Amino acid sequence: MNTWVYIDHFKGNALPASWETIGVGKTLGNVTALVFGSGIEALAKTAFEYGADEVLLADDKVLSDYRSEAYATTLSKLAAERTPDLLLFPTTTRGRELAGMVAIDLKSGVMVDVTSLEATGGKITITRPIYAGKLLTKETCSTKPQIITLRGRAFPKPAQQTGKSGTLTKVAAAIGDFPTKVEGYTTSEGGVSLTDANVIVSGGRGVSNNPALTPPAGLDEKQAEIWRAQQGFALVSDLASALGAAVGASRAAVDAGYVPYTHQVGQTGKVVSPDVYIACGISGAIQHLAGMRTSKVIVAINKDPEAPIFKLARYGVVGDLYQIVPALTAAFKKKMGK
Amino acid sequence: MKIVVCIKQVPDSTAKVIVEQGKVSWGDAPLILNPWDEYAVEAAIQQKEALGGTITAITIGDESCKEALKRALAMGADEAILICDPALVNMDTQATAQVLAAAIHKTGGVDMAFFGRQAIDGDAGLVPGQAARILGWPALTLASVIKIEGGNVRVERSIEEGRQIVTARLPAVFSLPKDFGEPRYPSFMGIRKASRAEIPTWSLAELGIVAPASVIAWPEIMNTPSREVICEFITGGNPEEIAETLANKILAEKVL
Repeated sequence: MNTWVYIDHFKGNALPASWETIGVGKTLGNVTALVFGSGIEALAKTAFEYGADEVLLADDKVLSDYRSEAYATTLSKLAAERTPDLLLFPTTTRGRELAGMVAIDLKSGVMVDVTSLEATGGKITITRPIYAGKLLTKETCSTKPQIITLRGRAFPKPAQQTGKSGTLTKVAAAIGDFPTKVEGYTTSEGGVSLTDANVIVSGGRGVSNNPALTPPAGLDEKQAEIWRAQQGFALVSDLASALGAAVGASRAAVDAGYVPYTHQVGQTGKVVSPDVYIACGISGAIQHLAGMRTSKVIVAINKDPEAPIFKLARYGVVGDLYQIVPALTAAFKKKMGK
Repeated sequence: MKIVVCIKQVPDSTAKVIVEQGKVSWGDAPLILNPWDEYAVEAAIQQKEALGGTITAITIGDESCKEALKRALAMGADEAILICDPALVNMDTQATAQVLAAAIHKTGGVDMAFFGRQAIDGDAGLVPGQAARILGWPALTLASVIKIEGGNVRVERSIEEGRQIVTARLPAVFSLPKDFGEPRYPSFMGIRKASRAEIPTWSLAELGIVAPASVIAWPEIMNTPSREVICEFITGGNPEEIAETLANKILAEKVL
């Protein structure tokens, strides 16, 4: 199968799901990686090292920032000329949008956020979660090219073979006056990204319930609750940094104003699938469980032994998270030599 | 400012959704306005408050979907349209985008079209970008801040790396992420107005199109396999002992 893989990157740094996508493409045959941007030839070399046989490199100032019109037009034109059988994208913000727009141009459809797939005689059947993972659906596409976006961390990342090379083909970027202009960026607070994280430590409503703490004088009831929650999330963050983990949160914790929305895990937040998910003070509402149920090892710390989160958990501690979480941080620091 | 907001009716996010005899069932859980679309309605209302104009809420579905439109009206939309046609079944995202783009055309003179970032049932998140592509308008997706300056718009898009600041010209398509800000609750007056609203229905013939062909098929929908886990509860004499045991158990999984 003639498979193209779109390499999603920001300022030349590929999102890890791009390499996983090459890995999936290689299981189906030869892979042509699409590297679009400006001054990003180094990224083409890395794409070879992760397994690409060919790279189509569109290196042009018009592509110096991701803009959907310029990127989609460039990609659609190439695909119309060279007729690949299959277009694969990582399910990133850019990958998802681009896949959808290219499908319109090429009169095809997208099977989005796929977690497994099988090919029979050039026809692909995918499986993907719907209803935030409460259900799974199989899908097929009746048109060519078949267009698929792959969920990050659902497929293994191939090993990087340093020095491996391939056929580099320079291609032209789309020409035109694209109406959207990129003025700049404001970068987020940093820290480990939830969707890429191997380990996630999450806090819920329970992190604000430490009775042993006395908030500073002069706070009203809501401010005192937030203050308590911040002390609780500090413990969650300490454990996260000891493990090199990302910090997550339940919707209840986000809606109560404890942490910004970017940390929310669940149906109206991020769907995550880390190797280890440690839930602190999270009871396990159905919309939260939907967002983290595919984590490999789930650990729950909660004072309520009946909390639904324990039904998904491999290990559980019924107890006071204000005592257990700092002790766990200390234990990991000691054992992992930090 | 002529504003359209495209919405969808979905099962409540707290619903227990299962497959029974090949069909998706959500028991007696209510159908609601897609939670992401509430942000789209909120963004539309904020633009109307700042610049004047009208808001038209549009959905595709059967008569029952008028409830979601009424929610949008109660929040502050001025009018609502139901696109209903027996030919509109099992639509994939590009077919949905074709129909909505046709409805936006028919509405006429639209400056801004708002969408939620995705629907909580299909979770595809493709329709806003696809509708923009069909209309030939800029796709200002995941717009957490929207400012109109003359005929230009400046948005901050929420992306993995933070925010991307872009400018474009109207008309444009916007999709709304949660960090746009909390949607308002309908007012008492709004609910009364919505309950009395006449909602016109447009057929495909009235849109001047035939049913777009869907190219994605879903031959099988399945329940998620249940996780066969038995929770091992870790106990001990004091927090340090519990933490020690738990850390050893996690490390023994060899996933860290």
